[in-house]
Amino acid sequence: MSEVPAVRVDLKGVRRRLDGTQGRTYWRSLEELAQTPEFLEFLHREFPSQASELDDPSGRREFLTVMGASLALAGLVGCTKQPEEKIVPYVQPPEQVIPGKPLFYATAMLDGGYAKGILVESHLGRPTKIEGNPDHPASLGATDAAGQAWVLGLYDPDRSQTLTYRGEIRAWSEFLAAMRNALAVQKPRQGVGLRILTETVTSPTLAAQIQSVLAEYPSAKWHQWEPCGGGGAAMAAAVGHPMSAQYRFELADVVLSLDADFVMDGPASLRHAREYTARRKRPVEAPMNRLYVVEPTPSPTGLIADHRLPLRPSEIEGFARAVSTALGGASAAPRGSAGAGSAAAFAAAVAKDLAAHPGRSLVIAGDYQPAAVHAVAHEINQRLGNVGQTVVYGPAVEARPVDPYASLAELAADMKAGRVELLVVLDSNPAYTAPADLDFVAAMDRVKLRVHSGLYQDETAAVSHWHVPGAHALEAWGDARAFDGTATIMQPLIAPLYDAARSPLEVLAALSSRPDRRAHDIVKDFWRTQLGADADRRWARALHDGIVAGWNGAAGGLQTATTTTTNTTTTTATTTPTATTTNGSPGGLEILFRPDPTIGDGRYANLGWLQELPKPVTKLTWDNAALIAPLTAQRLGLANSDVVELRYRGRTVKAPVWTMPGQPEDTVTVHLGYGRTRGGRVADGAGFDASAIRTSDAPWWGSGLDVQRTGETRLLACGQDHWSIDHEATERHVLRSVTLDEYTKEPAVVEEQGEVPSRDMTLYPNYKFGPHAWGMSIDLNSCVGCNACVIACVAENNIPVVGREQVSRGREMHWLRVDRYYSGQPERPETVSAHFQPVPCMQCENAPCEQVCPVAATVHSDEGLNDQVYNRCIGTRYCQNNCPYKVRRFNFFLYQDWNTPTLKLQRNPDVSVRSRGVMEKCTYCVQRIEQARITAHNEAREIRDGEIQTACQSACPAEAIVFCDLNDPGSRVSRLKAQRRNYAMLAELNTRPRTTYLAEVRNPNPELAAEPGPEGGGHRG
Amino acid sequence: MPQTFHRSTNTLSKLSIFGALFLIVGSLFALAEVNRSGYVTQAGIAREQPVPFSHQHHVGGMGVDCRYCHTSVETSATAGIPPTKTCMNCHSQIWNQSPTLEPVRASFRTGQSIEWTRVHDLPDFAYFNHSAHVNKGVGCTTCHGPVDRMPLMWQYASLQMEWCLDCHRNPEKYVRPKEEVFSVAWQPPADQLEQGRALVKAYNIQTRTSCSTCHR
Repeated sequence: MSEVPAVRVDLKGVRRRLDGTQGRTYWRSLEELAQTPEFLEFLHREFPSQASELDDPSGRREFLTVMGASLALAGLVGCTKQPEEKIVPYVQPPEQVIPGKPLFYATAMLDGGYAKGILVESHLGRPTKIEGNPDHPASLGATDAAGQAWVLGLYDPDRSQTLTYRGEIRAWSEFLAAMRNALAVQKPRQGVGLRILTETVTSPTLAAQIQSVLAEYPSAKWHQWEPCGGGGAAMAAAVGHPMSAQYRFELADVVLSLDADFVMDGPASLRHAREYTARRKRPVEAPMNRLYVVEPTPSPTGLIADHRLPLRPSEIEGFARAVSTALGGASAAPRGSAGAGSAAAFAAAVAKDLAAHPGRSLVIAGDYQPAAVHAVAHEINQRLGNVGQTVVYGPAVEARPVDPYASLAELAADMKAGRVELLVVLDSNPAYTAPADLDFVAAMDRVKLRVHSGLYQDETAAVSHWHVPGAHALEAWGDARAFDGTATIMQPLIAPLYDAARSPLEVLAALSSRPDRRAHDIVKDFWRTQLGADADRRWARALHDGIVAGWNGAAGGLQTATTTTTNTTTTTATTTPTATTTNGSPGGLEILFRPDPTIGDGRYANLGWLQELPKPVTKLTWDNAALIAPLTAQRLGLANSDVVELRYRGRTVKAPVWTMPGQPEDTVTVHLGYGRTRGGRVADGAGFDASAIRTSDAPWWGSGLDVQRTGETRLLACGQDHWSIDHEATERHVLRSVTLDEYTKEPAVVEEQGEVPSRDMTLYPNYKFGPHAWGMSIDLNSCVGCNACVIACVAENNIPVVGREQVSRGREMHWLRVDRYYSGQPERPETVSAHFQPVPCMQCENAPCEQVCPVAATVHSDEGLNDQVYNRCIGTRYCQNNCPYKVRRFNFFLYQDWNTPTLKLQRNPDVSVRSRGVMEKCTYCVQRIEQARITAHNEAREIRDGEIQTACQSACPAEAIVFCDLNDPGSRVSRLKAQRRNYAMLAELNTRPRTTYLAEVRNPNPELAAEPGPEGGGHRG
Repeated sequence: MPQTFHRSTNTLSKLSIFGALFLIVGSLFALAEVNRSGYVTQAGIAREQPVPFSHQHHVGGMGVDCRYCHTSVETSATAGIPPTKTCMNCHSQIWNQSPTLEPVRASFRTGQSIEWTRVHDLPDFAYFNHSAHVNKGVGCTTCHGPVDRMPLMWQYASLQMEWCLDCHRNPEKYVRPKEEVFSVAWQPPADQLEQGRALVKAYNIQTRTSCSTCHR
């Protein structure tokens, strides 16, 4: 931990500053409110001072020497001719492949074991980019950030490449022999010592395979471990049997979320985001929905809600019961302390609003909430007649629904007791992810033969005898089911990069009598039994579409608990279970565990794209932190970057502090997934391992936390103040948010917030534009801040990763950033709300950048794009200095990895790979525009509306970004811009940006808005 | 004090100043010409190939259509270099013992590609698209020259940006009727400019010179 001064923010000063302002105030950070020197540095300079100095690890002198030499060499290089290139055509051309034209294949990615449908772009056999599959129910054409970064996992140079036994390279046949011997011992004893550990399994083929192993070894056991799973188990406990719930947000007028981050988290998040925001796109014409969120730590869903109530983890259940009671529910009197004060008023108002919308309301409980909260949510939905309307229950999707914590604990106990002789771990990393109380590594040590298969030589591989390198799902056959049971057959796009790689199906086949079967045969044989007479044709169709049509659940009784009735009747036995007491008694500091919002439970920790992606709410990169409310931090004498020791149930871990506006008092949130020790070159050394103090009986929260200062500090690379616009937010109205009431009464309320100079107020002649005028509309009322667009842009445009130290200097290269503004008062968490604003290049018609470039490296195109010409750029950075939106990015160093062979395979061949010393920025995905133009012209027609989708647009689950031709008055983007909530950022500068925003419209409940309570906008003055 | 230089040196110095101007302009001109020359652009230089494939023989002599080998020229950015299979369509029957063609047969036998030397090599930051040009009446020979008279392939045009822009600014100077695009015999008519203007209109050719048209 390095010595960096912790940033101390004076909350009194913040208070004074907020009191001095009128109307709504939006702020990026506590530092901005306090106007700390660090913030002003970011505000007034494009880069903080000395950002262009390379002060480590080599000295300045050494740097100049090296630079001098490379300059001389660069000059010489300029004189050489182009090197001779070879062309290597096919010998036998494969079907369908046309060089220069990408192909798209439908498959699926896994999120907690569940499928999200994707289409993968392939250039001459190289998968390069992931898009959503519009036909898949969990995707609807969108992807999330992890889905976009998934392709990088395939090319990760740290992937395990060889099969090893105790670290030495072995052949597959030797592995098979070892398995044969071990199984020969197990066979006569019914496999009593055999254990299989997987993650959550929805794959029908894998489930069938495991069943057949269990049939051969009846005493063997199958365990499932999902570090951040268990939501299904909580719901199952609430209703008495496993099932799945589907929520129809598009039908719900009023939504109450009990700690459900439904737009960001879970196997149906993309669909939820789409359907929830569909009701917020035309606030006046179509009735808007209203969202209440009660949550123990700020999440994107909570921060964009119309009303948000932060409660300590122990108070959520009491609140839920209070709502239920107010609705006439029979559930016990409110438990906990949530019955008092503003929470009671909030509960009463929510109950009233819910009661007014029977059958058109929805209560959703989060996956990390206990069964008791799920039961209350279910009971309210029943009472209001929402079941069958906004909530639809179906049979469980998982092959065998279990509580992952109980399952892993049972395995750990068996191992400790010496009852396990052969342990096969498939694609799971329990040595890192297991809660600390299970002491999993020590328990594993007592197993005679340990086999691990996975993508990395990770923590579990290190304590296993055999390690079989896993095949990435883009290079192996498989299948999986979505949240609603829809099955996808996952097809490979490329042969495994490493010969030794095997898919989980193939590793499991090693336990069977036919150990050498390949995954394709295993999957195809299974589906032949499922698809009936017309199997071959349906198989081909399923591969093409990415879903298996007309199949919902395996034939042959593989599923447990197949409650065939789907809707209302299943669930009346709600003897609302009481809360478990394992979380400890309320009081004191409470700790909350959550998966990291970018790298999840740690499985994506080695993907640089996701490490460098700012977390949606905190905007931290490359690190996790202990999130503490500002007042609690002040009481404990803590500030950002202070390292504290978290003591919880006899275990300790050191963590840097991050003060989090909107966090409930006396609650500390820590994120899992960091502190890897064998995660790869990117993962190792980032953050701290929160699971070191996590326990399996209370995996999500508990009380009795003790926080001790250590005196150390750690530099946290946080991007929340980077690229700050000198908005003095209220004065310049960079972000505009109004209430539905205001907007309905006076639709001009948005445009009145800023003046737009006349078109002729410029010294330069107006441009004459060609047949098209490209433009973009970004709906702030739809944006949920999920960051999928940012990673989509990174993948599409070959944007490099710069590393934690460079990010801390404000040199991140993302062309598209999502600004997060807070509103409300930081010391009153219930008033804090947030607003997300994606900011790409605005493609100004009067572009300030173009006028200052001395070498015409940034020039206007005939269709209104600000073209950036890399080859002309000499790196003066004048353009960047003159850009009021701060969207230009400079390659201070050679950030691109030009050497690692696998990473080269990922790059998009349609976009130049930039070198150092060059300015770059968003191009509106000009390569996609040109491709669409050429296709249209070749077919002798015009470009159709919607034919061009920018990368950010196609990834967005909320359809917040729309791009096309402004010359066409009927185009979707033109119609959006005709809405009265349309406004241009900093329009008073007369830049005439082509990208404009649709103002956010919130729909607060008048009953709650009247009080100085949890209202988002924070009216004052 | 006596004069150091004779009066005649005045003329000489004036002349040399004047001459220096010429020298500077001349050397700049020479530099530009060198830059345009085949030495730099590689235009006009035939390349060695693993198999001495003759376009003169196949196109000029046998009359094989361009698209028989360059199959994707109408649909894709790249015209496509034929796979070994295309060669073997004929050469499994004719000249199937020729020692010159041994690399082709070896490739077909072993599955190893023939490594051709690239003749037309645009820089990687220029994104040229064959289909966009071919479908708008830009003929093969406009850029690739008299292919039917090239025993070994050589680069006909400079492939420099000024050469691209010449046509992008004034396409009427070069476009031909679509049905003549693949003809190697086509010659511009006497009233090319007039006919070209009509074709530009008929084919909806947009004179695009924005940077992002080719650079992304």
